[in-house]
Amino acid sequence: MSLRSPLGKVRGLGSAKEGVAHWWAQRMTAVALVPLVIWFVASVCAMVGSDIGAVREWIGTPLVSILLVLFVIATFHHAQLGLQVVLEDYVHTEWLKIASIALVKFAAIALAVAAIFSIVKIALR
Amino acid sequence: MASENRPLSPHLQVYRPQLTSVLSIMHRGTGIALSAGTLLLVWWLVAAASGGDAYVDVKAFWGSWIGRLLLLGWSFALFYHLCNGLRHLFWDAGKGFDLDAAYRNGWLVVGAAIVLTVVAWVWGYSSMGAL
Repeated sequence: MSLRSPLGKVRGLGSAKEGVAHWWAQRMTAVALVPLVIWFVASVCAMVGSDIGAVREWIGTPLVSILLVLFVIATFHHAQLGLQVVLEDYVHTEWLKIASIALVKFAAIALAVAAIFSIVKIALR
Repeated sequence: MASENRPLSPHLQVYRPQLTSVLSIMHRGTGIALSAGTLLLVWWLVAAASGGDAYVDVKAFWGSWIGRLLLLGWSFALFYHLCNGLRHLFWDAGKGFDLDAAYRNGWLVVGAAIVLTVVAWVWGYSSMGAL
């Protein structure tokens, strides 16, 4: 006797193995953020009190621009994955859950684009 | 979708807080706080790109007592979330799971987050020439 559903038999396919995609992306962005956060915080600590000229010069250095863009991408990806789980856990009204998760994702993309555009603008001036 | 009167598991408030549960909730709390903090990160970058007056506003905000208080909170939240995130990665690898270890590395995370926050602030103030 087979335990597969009729639909499963027709398709003949097993699991798509995407069940852990969200969990895995959360961990991978976490691993990427460990060195990026340490680098970013150390750099900011060293720059406290600097004027805008020095800050722009730092942001515009090629290696710094690249690391900042990576930091922004990893940060917002990690943040929206985490906030999604929080909303899924605590918001039980279906439409509100979907709407709030969508809002978080749109906001993460908009903020990441604003940050990356600013970095690139400073780097290319 | 769900019916209103399904039985619930014992609610959070009936348990006495323990280090492990408090740190777990703090991981969520700091994650949410840091997500809100990204607004300030983006404000800083956009102001640096816009130049002049916009950047003066950001600098004035960071220098104000409320700005510094928020930064203090966010810097601790960041170091805590970083250290406890590493603790989570060790757990994901199956290490440090038994109760004694969970308490030991829990206190280690709290200590490390406090020390890192102090180091960052001493470093920041000395960069400013205030120390």
